[in-house]
Amino acid sequence: MQQIIKDGALVPESWHLLPKEATLEHLPNSDDIIIPLGLWLEHSHALKARDGGLGVWLDSDEEIEAIQEDLTLFQVIALNFPAFTDGRHYSTARLLRERYGYQGEIRAIGDVLRDQLFYMQRCGFDAFAVRPDRDPQAALAGLKDFSLAYQGAADNPLPLFRRR
Amino acid sequence: MYQYDQYDQKIVDERVQQFRDQTRRYLAGELPEEEFRPLRLQNGLYVQRHAPMLRVAVPYGLLSSAQVRVLAKIARDYDKGYAHISTRQNVQFNWPKLEDVPDILAELAKVQMHAIQTSGNCLRNTTSDQFAGVARDELVDPRPWCEIIRQWTTLHPEFAYLPRKFKIAVNGAQQDRAAIEVHDIGLEVVKDSAGQTAFQVIIGGGLGRTPIVGSLIKENLPWQHLLSYLEAVLRVYNRLGRRDNKYKARIKILVKALTPEVFAERVDAEWAHLKDGPLTLTEAEVERVAQHFIDPDYKVLADEDFSALDAQYPDFAQWRSRNVMLHKKPGYAALTLSLKTNTRAPGDVTHEQLDAIAGLADRYSFGEVRNSHNQNMILADVEQAQLLTLWQELKALELATPNIGLLTNIICCPGGDYCSLANAKSIPVAQAIQQRFDDLDYLFDIGDLDLNISGCMNACGHHHVGHIGILGVDKKGAEFYQVCLGGNSERNASLGDILGPSFAQDEMPEVISKIIQVYLDQRIEEERFIDTYRRIGIDPFKERVYAADH
Repeated sequence: MQQIIKDGALVPESWHLLPKEATLEHLPNSDDIIIPLGLWLEHSHALKARDGGLGVWLDSDEEIEAIQEDLTLFQVIALNFPAFTDGRHYSTARLLRERYGYQGEIRAIGDVLRDQLFYMQRCGFDAFAVRPDRDPQAALAGLKDFSLAYQGAADNPLPLFRRR
Repeated sequence: MYQYDQYDQKIVDERVQQFRDQTRRYLAGELPEEEFRPLRLQNGLYVQRHAPMLRVAVPYGLLSSAQVRVLAKIARDYDKGYAHISTRQNVQFNWPKLEDVPDILAELAKVQMHAIQTSGNCLRNTTSDQFAGVARDELVDPRPWCEIIRQWTTLHPEFAYLPRKFKIAVNGAQQDRAAIEVHDIGLEVVKDSAGQTAFQVIIGGGLGRTPIVGSLIKENLPWQHLLSYLEAVLRVYNRLGRRDNKYKARIKILVKALTPEVFAERVDAEWAHLKDGPLTLTEAEVERVAQHFIDPDYKVLADEDFSALDAQYPDFAQWRSRNVMLHKKPGYAALTLSLKTNTRAPGDVTHEQLDAIAGLADRYSFGEVRNSHNQNMILADVEQAQLLTLWQELKALELATPNIGLLTNIICCPGGDYCSLANAKSIPVAQAIQQRFDDLDYLFDIGDLDLNISGCMNACGHHHVGHIGILGVDKKGAEFYQVCLGGNSERNASLGDILGPSFAQDEMPEVISKIIQVYLDQRIEEERFIDTYRRIGIDPFKERVYAADH
């Protein structure tokens, strides 16, 4: 079973991530699922009636403002990195934590690699589905690249100049 | 200048460790090249034609003599004995071995230096006026603000993977020596009507393929809000900037597409959430940083009368008239060591020269050196009474070419000799022009003239804003050079107009000669080249250059 990094440790993956083209008919009723944003926007009413856990995922060109009224309905919000050099969702994660006060899991999916985990964590990601061809155990080290930072972010709102 | 405390040091030390591990994994085959590339770029490491190129950050151009000595040591131990001053006031090494880079970074860290974010699609080194803090025309010292911005940009977790590189420049003087109108963000520090420090925020300027002069997006931004406003700008850019085409990914394209008015509204909407939050700067922090930039222990002196010395040493008079700049303190001078001789590539400096410059800085200028974006080095706090002795020492070091602001003070990118992006060589063109104009009297007669050369349209040599700009182009596999006229990087910046069809490399000195001849024929009294150009336009130049032999 695939493992993901959650809160700094490896845990078994328990969520079912549905592809972008998924339709309502394909959804299992009781599984914990992460659905693409488009499906949610189209069928939120029906999806609210399901039994299983509910998460949503956004591609890098999709904006969190589309679901800002619905955030409490999701246990997981997954943010996709089509390439690790596409940095838009660093902003999305910070907005979720710092502006919208989202308390659930923010999960990095897609091209998720060890050398980006530190910044991702600072921006509010607490779960990482490391790219399947990489060892998530080794990637854990990436969470500890630095012991301090100049900037405030989701993990600590105070910039260094307010603490030094 | 700014001194690291334990926090600054720890951040840089941990970055060295992180990069050491990344390099190790790359060399061990655990990290593929395409994944290592953005990581090494964010540490200033390019892979060039011959070898990697390491770009070391020199924040807003300030160096201590101890740092200069370490740069000399690196040039000696890890390179071929020289270094290069870049147009972002940084220092580049053209021949280090990739596996040595972690050790080089460790040596740099010992003297509070690093290569963080000197390349890559991230927040780059903040640049400023090379005469910050000493210029007589300065209104507000930009250095503390540059340092505050440096710390905010360094390893910013949200903005490490921007659509494209992002450059900030700060100016605080009447004259704009930092070219703030052609930066992603140009900041002008001012005093508002109540005497409070504030910023004029110019956004969306830049050179490259699509040269644009920036727009004034925010007027009189109070200092407390500097960082929250910058964060809002970067967030809007990070989210909305184009990522589908790297030639359309700079913020200038976004500002233009949205229009400056709509862009400003988007930033204000984002800023409304950040304003007055934790990023609000405190007086304590500004004071803490500003403490590092208080005046050195100046003596009380009067300005010297040089008339006797000038008469005795005409060469000295010539040098003084070009390379020495008015200082805010009477009796002191800021002087530019020209790295523009026709024996070396523009901006190149040898390890012996670097060591000697460090020694001169200790003896004559409170142990400080600066790099300028014009690719020269500066001693900013020299007693005027010492100028003659210092000039004699500089002459012996080949650092006293009296050409600052003149045609041979060429800004030039490394070009096709080193850079893998270049379409054409730029250094040989610069050297050929320098050789053609090696008659000092003629050069002085031509007067103020910025000649800038880029080896490709990425415009690292800032050709668009040279009074004369030269751009290397590829024409069916051969190297050709396009000429533009009328650019200007200072206040009321303007972009050059293309003269016409391009030229072969060996034609270039003659082409420049013809352009200069038109100017000399047409100028009225003290008119500078750029003024004559603005008055008479491009046609007379076109006619002369393309006449007869075409």
